Amino acid sequence: MSRHSILTATGVSHSFGGLVALEDIDFKIYQQEIVGLIGPNGAGKTTLFNLFTGHYKPTEGEIYFNNQRINGLKPYQITPKGIARTFQNIRLFKQMSVLDNVLIGQHCRTRTGLVGAVLRTPRTKKEEARAREHAMEMLSFVNLEEKKDEKASNLSYGEQRRLEIARALATDPLLLLLDEPAAGMNPHETIELIKLVRQIRDQMKITILLIEHDMKMVMGISERVAVLNYGKMIAEGTPQEVQNNEEVIRAYLGETA
Amino acid sequence: MISPYYLQLIILVGINTIMALSLNLIIGYTGQLSIGHAAFMSLGAYCSALLTLHFNLPFIVSLLGGALFAAFFGILIGIPTLKLKGDYLAIATLGFGEIVRIVCLNLEITGGAVGLRGIPKKTTLLWVVLAVLITAFILNRIIKSRIGRALIAIREDETAADAMGINSTYYKILCFGVGAFFAGLGGGLFAHYMRFLHPKSFDFMKSIEQLCMVVLGGLGNMWGSFVGATILTVVPEMLRSVADLRLLIYGAVLILMMRVRPQGILGESPANGGFKNNSYSQWIQTRLKKSLRKRSGSDKT
Repeated sequence: MSRHSILTATGVSHSFGGLVALEDIDFKIYQQEIVGLIGPNGAGKTTLFNLFTGHYKPTEGEIYFNNQRINGLKPYQITPKGIARTFQNIRLFKQMSVLDNVLIGQHCRTRTGLVGAVLRTPRTKKEEARAREHAMEMLSFVNLEEKKDEKASNLSYGEQRRLEIARALATDPLLLLLDEPAAGMNPHETIELIKLVRQIRDQMKITILLIEHDMKMVMGISERVAVLNYGKMIAEGTPQEVQNNEEVIRAYLGETA
Repeated sequence: MISPYYLQLIILVGINTIMALSLNLIIGYTGQLSIGHAAFMSLGAYCSALLTLHFNLPFIVSLLGGALFAAFFGILIGIPTLKLKGDYLAIATLGFGEIVRIVCLNLEITGGAVGLRGIPKKTTLLWVVLAVLITAFILNRIIKSRIGRALIAIREDETAADAMGINSTYYKILCFGVGAFFAGLGGGLFAHYMRFLHPKSFDFMKSIEQLCMVVLGGLGNMWGSFVGATILTVVPEMLRSVADLRLLIYGAVLILMMRVRPQGILGESPANGGFKNNSYSQWIQTRLKKSLRKRSGSDKT
């Protein structure tokens, strides 16, 4: 492929005590593509996400993002480099307003310290105004600008998922990791979500890696699909290639199939 | 003008408000359960008293010295303990509080078990009112800034806060430092009002009392801290005749609050609220606006 990779994992393994969750993963994500990551429950998909975002440290192997080594860095160090994520079980700041949730995303792009906050200097005000403007853009992008003053926990399930995406987008990422974004959504909401994900890639030029169980969604949206099973990457390719891969079929349907 | 008795009550309400406000930053906004807040108060109290006694420094310098001394320990205790969560942090802060108390009890410079005597009386109503206003102003500004949002995000979901690029350890230490600073300020005012310090005044029960003020008023609500501090300062005074029952009443109030109104008397102010957005201040604001409108209206006519 002519495009150069934005994220490269080589020989990445991760174990929890004696349990090997991921084994010798080689994986690349190219700029501005949409990659689907699938696999049965417990295959290690979310673990891989947690390694990319710094929530876990890989036991072995190297992860490079934008030609910088990121394994061993903490989440708060990785996010400013341009990786943002959503969570499988929505993790919003429930008591905060919708707008404040998105403003938190701007945290790593703002600088105001204690002195600036207390004195409310012109610089602080300007920065705050800019952050607010940016946050509102993200909210209108996911169609939630009218709910900006609503408490996050009062939003409907689908809206909460969208808010989580807006919050992640507010960190100005280059790579967005979506952990089961369609989980719990009805077919209509899923179609809207597919549109939204495409827009994020096309309009914002953000690369996307998504974990998803909804096969219609994964196959419909991904340009490339990677399959994990028992901590190993068993297949990688276009949706058609993966769908016809015997090992993948076996992983999903069992040995006899 | 004001009888000495009421003056003392008002001053104590003020000092307790500073304590409750600063503790609220730690517990109510950042969600870190600290039950050693009286220790920071005692550090500020002893340090500022000693600065006044030995170096005869101006009051403001002693106060700031005490506050900075407490803040230093707030940061120091924060570094090893803030990786702990919930109950574990509570126990660590409890241990810290006891260490401070026992050290003060055994050091010569603090007067040991006899206590520290002869501190000049410098705290006046004006000092206390100013200190309360400055504390409230600064904490409110912090809460309504990017830093305050980060603190509340940590309370709401630390994992998600990390993922948003918030260095939660840094902000927790910052919040402990700021909280301890103002607790130390309250301690300095207390020392120069009481003129006598004894480690007993800053024991575990004192920390619990301050915790009660925050919980009673409402976690994460600045006005609540004021209300809680006022009630828990004035009511015990009125119950002086049944002093032995005071702790029992504290306990009962806590249980009752948790059962009936866990969000405190005023409740948590809406998202990211400091003083504004809160029904009480909104009420004041609309009142003000109305009267202003009336005045400008009558001017026109």
